[in-house]
Parts: sequence; C-alpha cells; structure tokens
Amino acid sequence: MGMTMTQKILARHAGLDHVVPGQLVEAKLDLVLGNDITAPVAITEFDKAGLTQVFDKDKIALVLDHSTPCKDIKSAQLCAQARAFAERFDITHFYDVGCMGVEHALLPEQGLTAPGECMIGADSHTCTYGAVGMFSTGVGSTDMAAGMATGLAWFKVPAAIKVTLKGKLQPYVSGKDVILHLIGTIGVDGALYKSLEFAGEGVGELSMDDRFTIANMAIEAGAKNGIFPVDDKTRAYLAGRVTRPWEAVEADPDAVYDQEVVIDLSTLQPTVALPHLPSNTRTIDQVEGTPIQQVVIGSCTNGRLDDLRQAAAVLKGRKVAKGVRCIVLPATQQITLDAMAEGLIQIFIEAGCAVSTPTCGPCLGGHMGVLSDNERAISTTNRNFVGRMGPVSSEIILANPAVAAASAVAGCVADPRKL
Amino acid sequence: MKVYKYGDNVDTDVIIPARYLNAPDEKSLASHCMEDIDAAFASTVETGDIIVAGSNFGCGSSREHAPLAIKACGVKCVIAPSFARIFYRNAINIGLPIMESAEAAAAIQAGDTVSVDFATGVITDETQGKTWQAAPFPDFVDGIIQAGGLLNSLKARGVAK
Repeated sequence: MGMTMTQKILARHAGLDHVVPGQLVEAKLDLVLGNDITAPVAITEFDKAGLTQVFDKDKIALVLDHSTPCKDIKSAQLCAQARAFAERFDITHFYDVGCMGVEHALLPEQGLTAPGECMIGADSHTCTYGAVGMFSTGVGSTDMAAGMATGLAWFKVPAAIKVTLKGKLQPYVSGKDVILHLIGTIGVDGALYKSLEFAGEGVGELSMDDRFTIANMAIEAGAKNGIFPVDDKTRAYLAGRVTRPWEAVEADPDAVYDQEVVIDLSTLQPTVALPHLPSNTRTIDQVEGTPIQQVVIGSCTNGRLDDLRQAAAVLKGRKVAKGVRCIVLPATQQITLDAMAEGLIQIFIEAGCAVSTPTCGPCLGGHMGVLSDNERAISTTNRNFVGRMGPVSSEIILANPAVAAASAVAGCVADPRKL
Repeated sequence: MKVYKYGDNVDTDVIIPARYLNAPDEKSLASHCMEDIDAAFASTVETGDIIVAGSNFGCGSSREHAPLAIKACGVKCVIAPSFARIFYRNAINIGLPIMESAEAAAAIQAGDTVSVDFATGVITDETQGKTWQAAPFPDFVDGIIQAGGLLNSLKARGVAK
C-alpha cells in the first residue's frame, strides 16, 4: 500500500520505512513553536516537571504575537515569562515586538519551514506550513513542553482526503474561497483526524500566498494538517529563505485516500462563511447587502502581501463607508515594508483604514478591534465562532480580502466585481 | 453526579473565551469555563459532574486552557461521539478523562445521574438504567494516562531531562 505525502514524512521522521493509517508513531521534530498565550502554559509545565534542558535551542521558535504589543498587565506578564525562558535557554528564533509578526506568516518568511520537515506548534493554525510541502500540526502547551524538552512528539498516522484541484481562479477569487468552499462541502469535522492532501494541475495556478491561506484553514475542517506538493513556485519561494538542505516528498501513485474531492477552481465564486461556523458558507450573491460595522483585513490566514494587494486594488481611490471601521494588519514587519514600497499602505490610509503593527489581536477578540454588542464584522480571519471577536451577540462573516475591502466601501457585504 | 449537555462542535472559544487567556491559572479559568455557551455553568458545576456533548467537541483553537478550565471545575469526564484532535491530545496530556461513545452521548439527558468506570470504559446512566461501552484508548495513549500525563511518561522513559 502506497503512502501519502503526510504518511511519508511521518515515516521518515519516525525512522520507519512504512506506516499505515491509525499507527501510533513517535517522530523527530525539526521545529517546535509557541506564542505568548500557549508558550507560558508550556513553560510552567516544563518547570513544574523539573525539566532543565531543551533539545535544540535552534529548533524552537517563540513568537510574541497574540496580545502584543501588550494589551494589559496580565498579557505583559505572560510575555515576560516567555522572554525570560528565551533568554535562559538562548533560544535562537525568539521574536519580540519590533521583529515579530503573526507566527504563521513569519516562520515561512524567515525560512524556518521547508519541504519534508516535521513540526508541531502550540497554535492550531500551525498547519499553515503544509503550503511548502511539510508536515506541521497544532498541539497544546503540554505537547509543546514535551517537544521542547525531547524533540519528539507522538502522532496517530492520519488517513487522508485527496483534494484534486483543476482549472484556474477567476479575478477576485482567491485561496480563501477555495478553502471556504471545501469546508462548506465537507463540514467542520469533515476531515477529523485526517490529512488534506492537495493535488492536481490546479495547484500550479495557485500563488504561494493562496496555498498558505488554504493550508492555514485545514484545521477548520478538523484536519490534522493540509499539505501541498512542491513545485517551481515553492522552490522560487524557498530560494534565498531556506539555506539548509531539504528533501521534498511526493505521494505514491498507489497511496490510499478515504475520500477524494475535486474542485474546479474556475467555477468558484467569492465565498463567505456566515456566523457561527466556517462551514456555513454562501456565495457572495446570496448575502450581498448584509450590514456590517467593522472590517478586518489581516491575520495568519490573509495578512500576506498578495492579500494586501487584493484589498488595496479595491480600496484604491475609494473611501471606507461612514459608520464602518476598517482595520488592516500586515502580518509581518517585512510585509509592512513591502506594502509601503508598493504604495499599499498609503492607499489604505487614504481610504480611511486604520493600519496596525502586526498582531493576532482582533482575530481572537483580544485587542485592536474587539466588537460591541450586536455588531457584525466581515473579516479575512479564520473563525466565526460565537464570541470570537467580542460579546456573544456579535457576529463574524469570513471572506477573502477583496470582498472584505469591497464591503468596507459599501458599508455592507459587497461583491468587488460590482463596485 | 449531574450532567450538562451541549450540542455539536463546542469550540474552545466558548469553553474559555480568549479574553480570559491572559490569566491561565486554574481558579481564573474555572470561573469563566463555558461562559459563552452556558453562563450558569461555572456557578453551578460541582466536583464530579459530567459534560455530555455532540460530535467534534473542543474544535478550534489549540488552547490547552480549555481542558484545563473544565478539569479545574471538577468535571469528572467529558463524553462525546468524537473530539477535535488537538483537544483529544490535550485532555490526555493533562489528565482530563474523555470518553468516545456516540450512543451514550445521544441518549444521556441533561440532569441524568451518570457514573463512569474508567478502567472498563463502561458508562452507566442510572436515571435511565442503561449502560454503554466507550471506545478503548490505544495502549500507547493509555500509558500516558497511567503515567500521570505526557511529561511524566517522558521523564519515566528518561527522554526528557
């Protein structure tokens, strides 16, 4: 029986020739990630267990991105705890305010993720890095503590769903629409305990930023990870970022999949997810005119340069509607610089947007854009659960950056093709 | 012990909203547990109570604060047809008992008196006079539970120092 990309990577990191779905393996880790919310809990457990060594100070990444720049005293104390740990163990990849970005945009940009590698992160969107053809998955803080101490993690080898992409996306349709369409098709637990293995000629039509967006939301279908094959676009992205040797994996021709989903990219429309589940999807024509009070453009899902370009193309020469607050959060310092060089930041500010330093803040209702009672936001983030961005009466509609920008201009959910 | 019953896809944002993640101590987490889905939960839950829910319990954020909050409330066990995979790992790693049984999760009603036997995996609804067998844990996972959590098991093996 052949293996999927995910199964091959897990086998290689477990020192095995072959693995099968359901098998429990202990795999060597190339990277362990934590942030300012999850790392402090991991550090407390690490200390409580009496551990005194990390497995490799070069293979741990700590990114203070969630409540930063610190929103309150308690958050500042958690950051201080992470900072002290990084100093104590001389952690190489420690990112504090000024150099940090939203972790899942930052790590690939810094060359910390490469094809064929295996990593865990104490953040559910760690699955983002499947875009570069590696196995990466979200875990909790205790797994992170164990990973930091041992460089090991246990995994149940996942069965797989093959997602075959064909055709080419239309203008104003992007990676966000692909993944929302998929989640709407299979449901929020449609890939529970499984990997999403992307394949097909349509992959080559997707930008790297689209692939990051798609892999990022694999968790919203319940998946353990989402993974893309490596092609010329991947290699071009990695050039100049990843200097260590890496080895891509390909799925065996006889790999076994529980299910296959075929998506013709050319047929996809701008797609949104209505409250309160990412699977509650509608095409844009079904929801146009729904009033909104806030727009968020950013996050680990859609805070990359391509995303900002798509939003700016819509906002250029236009104004954010009266009564709407539009917050734009470039996901890293480099993305901010690139957006400045291209004039995007000026477009946003002239349109009446607030442009923020990188932070996860509003996505999880932390800071920099919390909603009030009965308010509704359209957001390029990844979750629209009850109370995610504010009180339980507030609502979130998930959308791509062009739709979010068009909605900011219209003051209601809007189709960017009709502005 | 009494049962709290919830639907499908109970996410970790409603188990412990992000606005409380800046205080990850047990007392604080317990005082806000389930706040956005059941405002009365934290003030009425008693040690030994049981949560019964629908499929994909604990989906969303990886925050270990969610099982920590439930455990800190004194909840004895969560019973559901399926758990989101990160929540499943976290519960095992921190020692919050979880049991997978679609039949039990469907039949048990809020307010029923339910007992669980972790050694045998038998769930008994004393109010209805019914029993169910939960799916057993794999040996490897059972080893983590028996060792008292992941870090203890790794220390016992000598791989964590």
